[in-house]
Amino acid sequence: MIETDILIIGAGPCGLFTVFEAGLLKLRCHLVDSLPQPGGQLTEIYPKKPIYDIPGFPDILAGDLVDNLMKQIEPFKPGFTLGERAEQIEKLEDGRFKLTTNKGTVHVAPVIAIAGGLGCFEPRKPPIGNIAEFEDKGVEYIIRDPEMYRDKSVVIAGGGDSALDWTIFLADVAKEVTLVHRRTSFRGALDSVEKVMELNEANKIKLITEAQVIGLNGKENLNEVVIKHKKLGEMTQSTDHFIPLFGLAPKLGPIAEWGLNISKNAIEVDTFDYSTNVDGIFAIGDINTYPGKLKLILCGFHEATLMVQSAFKIIYPDKKLSFKYTTVNGVNGFE
Amino acid sequence: MSTVKITVIDREGEQHVLEAPTDMNMNLMEVCKSYELPVKGTCGGMALCSTCHCYVKTDHELPEMSEDEEDMLDQAFFVDDDTSRLGCQLPITDDLDGLVVELAPEAE
Repeated sequence: MIETDILIIGAGPCGLFTVFEAGLLKLRCHLVDSLPQPGGQLTEIYPKKPIYDIPGFPDILAGDLVDNLMKQIEPFKPGFTLGERAEQIEKLEDGRFKLTTNKGTVHVAPVIAIAGGLGCFEPRKPPIGNIAEFEDKGVEYIIRDPEMYRDKSVVIAGGGDSALDWTIFLADVAKEVTLVHRRTSFRGALDSVEKVMELNEANKIKLITEAQVIGLNGKENLNEVVIKHKKLGEMTQSTDHFIPLFGLAPKLGPIAEWGLNISKNAIEVDTFDYSTNVDGIFAIGDINTYPGKLKLILCGFHEATLMVQSAFKIIYPDKKLSFKYTTVNGVNGFE
Repeated sequence: MSTVKITVIDREGEQHVLEAPTDMNMNLMEVCKSYELPVKGTCGGMALCSTCHCYVKTDHELPEMSEDEEDMLDQAFFVDDDTSRLGCQLPITDDLDGLVVELAPEAE
């Protein structure tokens, strides 16, 4: 069990900066994020994009901003639970919250700060009517154990790096690999594209371009996909597995079930301290909404700063809190 | 201030005629959002999410598709090779007057 003062859900820029502001008040933080690395969207979606509206930085790459934030919060020794999705919250008898992840890790804290951005990143699922019936019965959106494809036939769909990389990797493992892609060109790394072309010419894989998988057939388990080709029309191919790799998209996910007031996929908060309708749970950054809300990193930083003041009063109701400038006191990290 | 008229057909088939300003540096996704049409624009207009995916129904001359837009459409669903575009990649200009687009279905 992990215990902390403020449990932050979401390790994006706003969640990370919360650690700093909380640390100045001598509050300890632990972050939970469904992605395997900190930074949220900035790392996952646009690490190489410049951001121009961070005060004091005429421009900064998103990835560099995350690196800087990690350095800035380092003195406050935050804990991380990465690659796990915050699943369930319950209130304990002592007034604290218990948060359990999808992998069963338990965290306990008197205050929860939801800095979940757009929600958790989950694989995009192709809109094939019966796809849910075959999940884990031949359809996988993430490759967890490549060995499970040994001597099996596999159909991969997609045109990005993960589709190309897994096609190359599984070519040596699976009995048969087919890659289905919408266009004739690929957006992945050039050498991966070339390698896939070579494998196709050597008949080590089967490449079907200008085509999409539009149907799935099978009784209990998947045994056939329906492929629609732009010119040749529909065809079927028997297969043991179908792996659609269309990247990740954010979803609000379990947060929607926590009894918080939600409006248009965002959590309603009071702008006094970004508190939600549940005492002790705050929401900051892109995931909250209030009149005049703007989804900007700089607004999230402001929200985090005000929020920790109220968090302090919940954690130490009898302690006096005085506001201090870092220029006066410096940054006194934790041992 | 000059504006152009753009017709957006929503996912229920209802037509909305929008007055879009040409001098506000806006794109089609932003115009749809400002009219509170059901366009999420999750990524903010970086061609990184496909929630503003639409089908162009008229033969207006549109800006060429960038690599980024093509790449994003690879990860989208219900893509029509001839008419699919991302609204965020269509800046509002005088050339767009009379444009008709239909919002693509929302993927899960």
